[in-house]
Amino acid sequence: MKHGINGVELAVFTFFFVLVSVLGFLAARWRRAGDALNLDEWGLGGRSFGTWISWFLLGGDLYTAYTFIAVPAAVYAAGAAGFFAVPYTILVYPLIFCFLPRLWSVAHRHGYVTTSDFVRGRYGSKGLSLAVALTGILATMPYVALQLVGIQAVLDVIGIGGNASTNSFVKDLPLLIAFAVLAAYTYSSGLRAPALIAFVKDTLVYIVIAVAIIYIPLRLGGFAHIFHASAQALAKVNPATGKPRGELVSSAKNQWAYATLAFGSALALFMYPHSVTATLSSRSRAVVRRNTVILPLYSLMLGLLALLGFMAIADGVGKGIKGYNSQLAIPQLFDNLFPSWFAGVSFAAIGIGALVPAAIMSIAAANLFTRNIYKDFLRPDATPEQETRVSKLASLAVKIGALVFVLSLDQSTAINFQLLGGIWILQTFPTLVSGLYTRWFHRWALLAGWAVGMVYGTWAAWTVASATQAHFGGSSKLIPGIGKLGYIGVTAFVLNLAVAVVLTFVLRALGAPAGSDETTEADYTAESAVEGVEERPLAEAH
Amino acid sequence: MAVESGSKPLQARQIPVVTAARAGAAVCLVLPLIAMVWVNSYARLTPAFIGIPFFYWYQISWVVLTCALTAIAYGLIRHDERARRGHSGTGESAGGSA
Repeated sequence: MKHGINGVELAVFTFFFVLVSVLGFLAARWRRAGDALNLDEWGLGGRSFGTWISWFLLGGDLYTAYTFIAVPAAVYAAGAAGFFAVPYTILVYPLIFCFLPRLWSVAHRHGYVTTSDFVRGRYGSKGLSLAVALTGILATMPYVALQLVGIQAVLDVIGIGGNASTNSFVKDLPLLIAFAVLAAYTYSSGLRAPALIAFVKDTLVYIVIAVAIIYIPLRLGGFAHIFHASAQALAKVNPATGKPRGELVSSAKNQWAYATLAFGSALALFMYPHSVTATLSSRSRAVVRRNTVILPLYSLMLGLLALLGFMAIADGVGKGIKGYNSQLAIPQLFDNLFPSWFAGVSFAAIGIGALVPAAIMSIAAANLFTRNIYKDFLRPDATPEQETRVSKLASLAVKIGALVFVLSLDQSTAINFQLLGGIWILQTFPTLVSGLYTRWFHRWALLAGWAVGMVYGTWAAWTVASATQAHFGGSSKLIPGIGKLGYIGVTAFVLNLAVAVVLTFVLRALGAPAGSDETTEADYTAESAVEGVEERPLAEAH
Repeated sequence: MAVESGSKPLQARQIPVVTAARAGAAVCLVLPLIAMVWVNSYARLTPAFIGIPFFYWYQISWVVLTCALTAIAYGLIRHDERARRGHSGTGESAGGSA
């Protein structure tokens, strides 16, 4: 990192960055239809995306730049434990196969833009809807911030920004420029911008992974050598903790944590507002379901990518450097082994990979604010035009907030909040997913369960210490009553569910008002008009 | 499969909640869960594949397997949903609101 600016890498990186910026602004005119002032247009791309666009959009949305950096970084740092991301992204698809089409249908029928819209409609409870909206916004903010951390890692290795410069303004200037451009085209084009840019991002990412997974092992002397070197490095005892750095295979005491992390993260993923926004932008129920079948291709990529963590160990990245930032491991590996121009391409892939989810996340958080706080509580008579304007401004505010977050606090704070965000967002699962199937749960019981889960999860995460941190040192803690290490989010989720069940019985016995339900059973299996034509070949052709 | 269509008279318009197609889809969707949560079944180094320990290549191959299983579930459910839509006739489009 002391080598100064790498001109070729910077040039290639800048080229792709300018390319996607142009695309981002042109996206405003892409596939535009109907009423541009409606929030559906700006915030959901007109609910018009077909199977392939949705595939790119969701892939670009879920597999973020932070994922590309953090998953191999976790493998680099601790071995097997970091690989939980693979079972996590395996479990997610069978799960959403079941409930996501129902969410799409009911949202389509009633014009819901956010999950909180659905919660309000289903339970007739603004309080419960507000709880879900606030949780979503809180969990999304640090996630946007972490996308910036991804860009920073890349800029750092190229030699601009980060540690390379002493002047703090010059240091942060590249990041500020990147963010100003992102904010401008998100503002003008809405969800269409990341949808179009996702094509470029994913093409670059697939090329980089395909090359990396073949070229790097050849350079490093084959997988057998890579894993041999990794096993030795992971077995080395850390003098600070008195424990080995990690392990190549999950040992018995870590298997519960591994499984619950994978399972809990899978439950949480589609509770995030940005996942839901990308889902609701699909044209039809069948598009949603088809995507649960083809999205695992990205998981395959993620699995291969995770192996890069071992390659970084074998290559000796960060060896002997005290307190080496493992987030830099993968960019550094590319920098060491790829020719400059291709390292530039791979950095562009990561950098653009940060822009797509950052845009979608800020749109999703903005939609939540507009629909479930501004319209529900501040201006109930807001016109669609006002809604769109507020949402655009809110998306700017979210991004500026994330920027301030990253520039003023250190990275570990963003990562701590991201960890908490995962635990928090999982607590909205009982309300949302049970609501898609049944009205059995009482709305106040769900609210109480949510509160218990939030409090327990936050407290438990606070008590976890690590070698470098006294609090928020990890996401696993001994599960009370079982005595094994497990993901805090899942323990909180079980408590949440238990409270909701017990209180539902109590409230029903007391005859507490259940609230009105504006949905009907048929809403949950409804097809769009477009798909209806496809489904009935007997209907008149053209 | 024959249970729900062959043995019932035409007047019985209701398709049962659990059909062979739905049960099959459920099995396809539950298998990955069991396989992945049972960490002890794959927490070992051998047999290695081109130098990659079992732990890693086994989980990566489950990505492909899950993809195939979800595709089968998709086919079964689409078949099932069409059958249900056919049965409920035009009543399906009622009850919507803006």
